[in-house]
Amino acid sequence: MIKLRARFDADVRSVHAFRGDLTAEIAPARLVEICRYLRDDVELAFDFLADVTAVDYIGTTPRFEVVYHLKSLTRGHRLRLKARVSEDDPRIGSLVGVWRGADWLERETWDMYGIRFDGHPDLRRIYLYEEFDGHPLRKDYPKERRQPLVSRADLDAPQARRQEERDRARYGRWH
Amino acid sequence: MRDTDAGTDGHAISDDLHGEPLEIQMGPSHPATHGTVRINLKLDGERIIDADIQVGYLHRGYEKECESGEWSQAIPYTDRLNYASPMINNVGYCLAAEKLLGVTVPPRGQFIRTIASEISRLSDHFTCLGASAMELAAMTPFLYGVQAREHVWDLHEALCGARVTTNYVRIGGLQSDLPPGFVDLCRGKLKAALAIFADVDRLLTQNPIFRERMEGTGRLPAADLIAYGVTGPLLRAAGVGYDVRKAEPYLVYDQLDFDVPVGSNGDNYDRYLVRVEEVHQSARIIEQCLDRLPEGPVDVDDPRLRWPAKSKVFNRMEELIDQFKLVTEGMRPPAGEVYQAVEGANGELGFYLVSNGTGKPWKCRCRAPSFSNTHAMRDMVRGALLADIVPTFDMINMIGGECDR
Repeated sequence: MIKLRARFDADVRSVHAFRGDLTAEIAPARLVEICRYLRDDVELAFDFLADVTAVDYIGTTPRFEVVYHLKSLTRGHRLRLKARVSEDDPRIGSLVGVWRGADWLERETWDMYGIRFDGHPDLRRIYLYEEFDGHPLRKDYPKERRQPLVSRADLDAPQARRQEERDRARYGRWH
Repeated sequence: MRDTDAGTDGHAISDDLHGEPLEIQMGPSHPATHGTVRINLKLDGERIIDADIQVGYLHRGYEKECESGEWSQAIPYTDRLNYASPMINNVGYCLAAEKLLGVTVPPRGQFIRTIASEISRLSDHFTCLGASAMELAAMTPFLYGVQAREHVWDLHEALCGARVTTNYVRIGGLQSDLPPGFVDLCRGKLKAALAIFADVDRLLTQNPIFRERMEGTGRLPAADLIAYGVTGPLLRAAGVGYDVRKAEPYLVYDQLDFDVPVGSNGDNYDRYLVRVEEVHQSARIIEQCLDRLPEGPVDVDDPRLRWPAKSKVFNRMEELIDQFKLVTEGMRPPAGEVYQAVEGANGELGFYLVSNGTGKPWKCRCRAPSFSNTHAMRDMVRGALLADIVPTFDMINMIGGECDR
């Protein structure tokens, strides 16, 4: 941590440890560079990217926080990196070039929070379909909102018509 | 004539026969995949040029649901992450929440949680090993595996009343202490399950057909696996002995004596062997826990987290208020964020929780091992034969609930 501070100085904005979890908040512009350093430095050796996700702090600026959980399998230590990105243009560098596992994790974060990862080779939605409107884990996305690919009315229409025809055949015109 | 000239080299002949690459779709819900997934394959004859693995068929918004409930209401959702080993998810989430709260469960609670976790690991491995044989067209080991799993699920049932959706572990303790006679029941069931499992082992491990499908397929070097974030039996089969239970011991794993099996080849057969050995190690852990099970409470003594005893609630004012407040308001962890990893049946299962000091989790993220493991499959099958997908996908043991959340 001291090493990270010494090298990237002002771009490491704050450092803290809560319940033993070491956390560093960094400038989003230098994320890829910092991660490459964290991976390649012999003493730090963060070879394992455990997780990428985001948190929506709605009402604050910048609104989103992209969170990375790193681990060094050889040294055994962990680190959490966080970078804030703004609401109107949520984008940050992609880590696919540093850890290949970032590919799907970043796709998931894009899908759920709508954060763009610059330099990602294939930034598609991963869970939801392409026609889906919005990003469901944003706090302003209502939980009750439904977006079926085929609307309920379309599904019901032929069935209702068939039912009507059956009823007519069975009960005549008085039904 | 040209063909006969090139006849000594088989590839030259097939080069002349090349046509368009064939694109086929495996799944969703292909009969030989345990987990709903779609694999878009680009094939050159039987050889895989590229595979696009599409997940999400079981996406049901686990995180959104957790964020809209109280802290303790997320526990049932964690059952449904990896439904083959629900207890480990319960334990992982509750440990993360306890880390946030800064409390530790008394020793008896920790021992019972360890037993519960290992029981679930057995259930997961039985499922995985049995199903993988079935998907390679060997029905008998699957039925044996399920039979062994039934014994394990009897133990789930004894603990909490449910066989699959356990919902047993609570933040700050357990739903209840062990039922009377559990220690003997557990020993008996464990013995019965292992006896059946020995048959699965005998049927498969030296079976030439099984070995031919498994050996040398799905191999990926350890460095690539690490870059993909692969953990669990897959990583250990490639020779990296990373196990959260040893690397960052939680519960009582540091007091127990067990080995972490590692393989050398990193192929599907090694992954199979690692899982078989882990079954025996889990049984060893359970035996030790049963032997050393301490007496005492299973819950933390904190009215903000666990309900007081009913006898006190009905007869005393303070406890009545405590229960009322806990039911109506829920617990309120301090603002902060934690990441807690446990060793799931398929690898590192992490929970990242963010609290803003209210009664609901602001963020309830699950780092699912199946997700990263399935991601790495693309490189495992590229260049392999179409038939290799089945054993590779088996050994990845993708659990839809956990991968798609």
